[in-house]
Amino acid sequence: MDDLKQIETDITAAINGVNDIDSLDKLRVAELGKKGRVSLLMRRLGKMTPEERQEFGPKLNGLKTALNDKISDRKNVLEEEALNARLLSEKIDITLTPTPEGKGSIHPITQVVDEVTEIFTEMGFSVAEGPEIEEDFYNFTALNIPEEHPARQMHDTFYFPEDENGKRKVLRTHTSPVQIRTMMAGKPPFRIIAPGRTYRCDSDATHTPMFHQVEALVIDKGIHMGHLKWSIENFVKKFFEVENVKVRFRPSYFPFTEPSAEVDIGCSFKDGEIVIGEGDDWLEIMGCGMVNSKVLENVGLDPNEYQGFAFGMGLDRISMLKWGIPDLRDFFAADLRWLKHYGFSCLDIPSLSTRPLTQSGQK
Amino acid sequence: MKFTLSWLKSYLETDASLEVITDKLTSIGLELEEVVNPADELRPFVIAKVIEAAPHPDADKLQVLKVDTGSEILQVVCGAHNARTGLLGAFAPSGSVIPSNGMKLKPTKIRGVESNGMMCSERELRLGEDHDGIIDLPSDAPVGMSFADYKGIDDPIIEIAITPNRQDALGVYGIARDLAAAGLGTLKNPDQSPIKGTFPNPLNVTITSKKECPVFAGRYIKGVKNGQSPAWLCRRLKSIGLNPISILVDITNYMTFDLARPLHVFDADKVNGDLTIRMGKEGETLEALDDKTYKIGSENCVVADDKNVISLGGVMGGSATGCTDKTVNVYLECAWFDPITTALTGRKLGIESDARYRFERGVDPESVLTGIEAATKLILELCGGEASDVITAGKVPSVSHTISFRPERIAELGGVTVSLDEAKVILGNLGFTAEVSGKKLNVTNPSWRCDIVGEADLVEEVLRIYGFENIVSVPLPNSSRPIITGLNAMQKRVRTAKRTAAGRGLREAVTWAFLPESQAKLFGNVPAHLILDNPISNDLSTMRPSLLPNLITAAGRNADRGAHSSQLFEAGNQFSSDVPEGQHMVIAGIRRGLNGVRHWTGNPEKVSAYDAKADAEEILRTIGVKIDNAQVAAEAPAWYHPGRSGALKLGPKNILAYFGEIHPKILKSLDVKGPLVGFEIMLSSIPFPKAKSDNNRGPLKASDYQAIERDFAFVVDQGTPAGDLVRAVKSADKNLIENVAIFDVYEGFGENGSQKSVGINVKLQPKSGTLTDDEIEAFSTKVIASAAKKTGAKLR
Repeated sequence: MDDLKQIETDITAAINGVNDIDSLDKLRVAELGKKGRVSLLMRRLGKMTPEERQEFGPKLNGLKTALNDKISDRKNVLEEEALNARLLSEKIDITLTPTPEGKGSIHPITQVVDEVTEIFTEMGFSVAEGPEIEEDFYNFTALNIPEEHPARQMHDTFYFPEDENGKRKVLRTHTSPVQIRTMMAGKPPFRIIAPGRTYRCDSDATHTPMFHQVEALVIDKGIHMGHLKWSIENFVKKFFEVENVKVRFRPSYFPFTEPSAEVDIGCSFKDGEIVIGEGDDWLEIMGCGMVNSKVLENVGLDPNEYQGFAFGMGLDRISMLKWGIPDLRDFFAADLRWLKHYGFSCLDIPSLSTRPLTQSGQK
Repeated sequence: MKFTLSWLKSYLETDASLEVITDKLTSIGLELEEVVNPADELRPFVIAKVIEAAPHPDADKLQVLKVDTGSEILQVVCGAHNARTGLLGAFAPSGSVIPSNGMKLKPTKIRGVESNGMMCSERELRLGEDHDGIIDLPSDAPVGMSFADYKGIDDPIIEIAITPNRQDALGVYGIARDLAAAGLGTLKNPDQSPIKGTFPNPLNVTITSKKECPVFAGRYIKGVKNGQSPAWLCRRLKSIGLNPISILVDITNYMTFDLARPLHVFDADKVNGDLTIRMGKEGETLEALDDKTYKIGSENCVVADDKNVISLGGVMGGSATGCTDKTVNVYLECAWFDPITTALTGRKLGIESDARYRFERGVDPESVLTGIEAATKLILELCGGEASDVITAGKVPSVSHTISFRPERIAELGGVTVSLDEAKVILGNLGFTAEVSGKKLNVTNPSWRCDIVGEADLVEEVLRIYGFENIVSVPLPNSSRPIITGLNAMQKRVRTAKRTAAGRGLREAVTWAFLPESQAKLFGNVPAHLILDNPISNDLSTMRPSLLPNLITAAGRNADRGAHSSQLFEAGNQFSSDVPEGQHMVIAGIRRGLNGVRHWTGNPEKVSAYDAKADAEEILRTIGVKIDNAQVAAEAPAWYHPGRSGALKLGPKNILAYFGEIHPKILKSLDVKGPLVGFEIMLSSIPFPKAKSDNNRGPLKASDYQAIERDFAFVVDQGTPAGDLVRAVKSADKNLIENVAIFDVYEGFGENGSQKSVGINVKLQPKSGTLTDDEIEAFSTKVIASAAKKTGAKLR
């Protein structure tokens, strides 16, 4: 029975000497197959005495199992080596660039409208809109700006030709006509913002014939200038992402509000850049006031029952301030380089729940 | 409105500093725009004496001066012909900056001779136009004294913005009155006491247009001597940017800015007969003081003598009766012209004048009688002469009225509680009369505040003096009735469409809503009522009928700057008429050039109509359109390539979108090179899905049976739309078919290449059991039969 040891040694050596899976398989068939040495020994079991069989049988089975295991182990090793060799051969140049995808962007005006909308929605406002080609009535008369009034000169208006009734439509000079349309179409209380395009016959370094405004209107019972001031402060803090902001009201004049004010916010200039919120300088950002009782009467409201405030500001201007955009005229030039630099990702949808912390907020 | 600090102080007794004054101006609504002290840039300049003037050794036109600056003796090379020993002038030391040209002086050598500093001309100091030699001061000018102090120009010029309601602040006196009311000092009243005439007024004055000119005061002054105004008057006028002309003209200008009282002085010897204030007549003309001739109409209020119109009331006088240096007798006019008439005349004739500016805002009518006295006083003082009696035609109109004012309205509107007593004091200081009547005040506005019409105006008056800074923020309360917030369905749709477009690689542009008429006409009919009467230029004259032209020209500009391709979109209104319903919200986009960039993985292709179709379909899909139900028809407008464009429709009439290649003739007209494709989605004409009763989507019904796929290759005529074939295949068994896709198109097939082969993949999803071979075979037969019946397709 010494041959068993010898057979095991021989075959183990052969298994370890094999270097590919095909050869290993051939070896397995040759040694452990029907005509292999181990099988031939198995056949001899039948001719043995029961005593011999009892001794020899387990040994032979042990040998067979051991060799099978060794083949299986060897197979795993060879497969691992083969896989590693293949993976090595499949190496790519990971510094090559993937197929580029065209990048789109959202214009800063859309972004600023979405931001403003988000802030005012939280304050309970809805968004209202109106036509850009307006009737004189909505743009001027109902807003207490009569035909001959010098205040009309504040509004370099674009006019369309006279119609058969001698009336001329205008390109709205502000978003205020949306106030009038909103109040005439609904019932108080009102709490709206009206963003949109506006037009004035003016073109120089800081004016373009088309620009954007947002108008806010609150009409309810007992609304006063303190509420107006809070609303503006709240908006400015959230929009400019600052903890504290100084807000200054200066008496002013608009035909559609009385009392009227212009609003300055505190700022400072550091290295030629403007920092909103604190500092000794002031920056004018909007006009506002309590809705003139004549305007309320013009839309059929009783000024002794309902009152409220309105304010309007330039959207182009506040986006220039927020994002450091230097030139208004570039907004409308559709230069791809500008759109890429100042544009926003389509997924950058303004949301108060994901508002970034300001520097002061991180302290 | 400009004025100097010393001018203001002639009416305001105050110890307040310049900064306190300017801050207060802003806080009471007279917003400070700028303060400039002309002396600031002249600080380094001193009076110096030339103690020796010797010829330059190397230059004929130069002299070498020894100059005594009061603190040292310096050598200065000077080219002025009037430089001489003993001259006293303005010396600019090294280190100073010459105001006229910004040059900073430093020690230098001129033709080999050292020079330290410079003797200046008036023009170099921006004090006048004189550049004919250096400044030559009187012999008593103190050497070493600050030149600015010597000239008395150390007087800050203050510029403030005046809102249209504050005519009263268009004169220095009115500004002082407001500051005094705000507690900044004591108001000093101008001397407007009547001057007794020494002879009767020789001219009769008749008013026939009483509404347009209710009152006219006139006075004859004989024996005046016109000439150059005194230094103080010249200085005040120059400081606010007016050129002194002659005493008589300067006095009228001065009255306009000093007391906000425009008036007019005629050369009485050029007036023919008596004066009438009447409406103009068609055919009359006036050559005005601006040397332009204006055609007068019946809507213009004029001053006429017995022969001619001599002045446009409240706007501008005529040149024929203007004062000159030779004027000896004058006729002084001080009247009140109706604001609306004045505004219409000024606007119609295109005349901007300081008089018009004030009259159309409502000049203080009481100042007719006081103003004529103040002006007379100045004329007599500066020009001599004798004044007649004042003749007054008509009656001073009243602009005052009494308002019943509830002081609690200050808190209700302004959010600040101001007591009745405080309000009464403030209003009193502003010139209002305020009488207590129970808990109210009966408030009457002064004649210079015609802008005050109601309680809210009084709230503002009290509040602006009390201080807007006292308004305290109060959180906005909840709406008294629940209201809808946020975006409506259409606004959400626009937002989604924009962000989808950006997600597809298009960059959002915002372009003008107007464009050249010639370009607009390429994109449909342009009604005349959509062309502006007063465009900023012809390039921005016509409301856009489509968003495409501006995007296409923008792509052209980007190509000119070197962009290989452009991908742009815009959302905004396009205009088919001037009523609200004619303003349509559209999102449009273009792609020009290639649909990608050159890359090692493969090269991009030229953009095609299918790129535009993909954009349109994807945007429509994300805004909730069931795009699979839409039809595609070859019905795009004329600005598209007729064979490579289409419309996406829901039903026969409802156009959702157009897409396709832009017509080459359009590109040529817009001077833009293709290939260029675009789409237009009519956001405002797409119906909204019916409001859902709940958001429940129901259970997912996923089949457990194996799906199978079958490919078919059909041959159809070249002209048969592949879409028809797909529809025919789909209709074969709507329950079983989950998806039909075209995976291959091979054109130029069959005889003469008049057919095409279309490879179609069909995915079947059985729902009640695995399909048997027989069932699949039966299905295939149905597909082939349906395709053949509806499109004439044959299996290849």
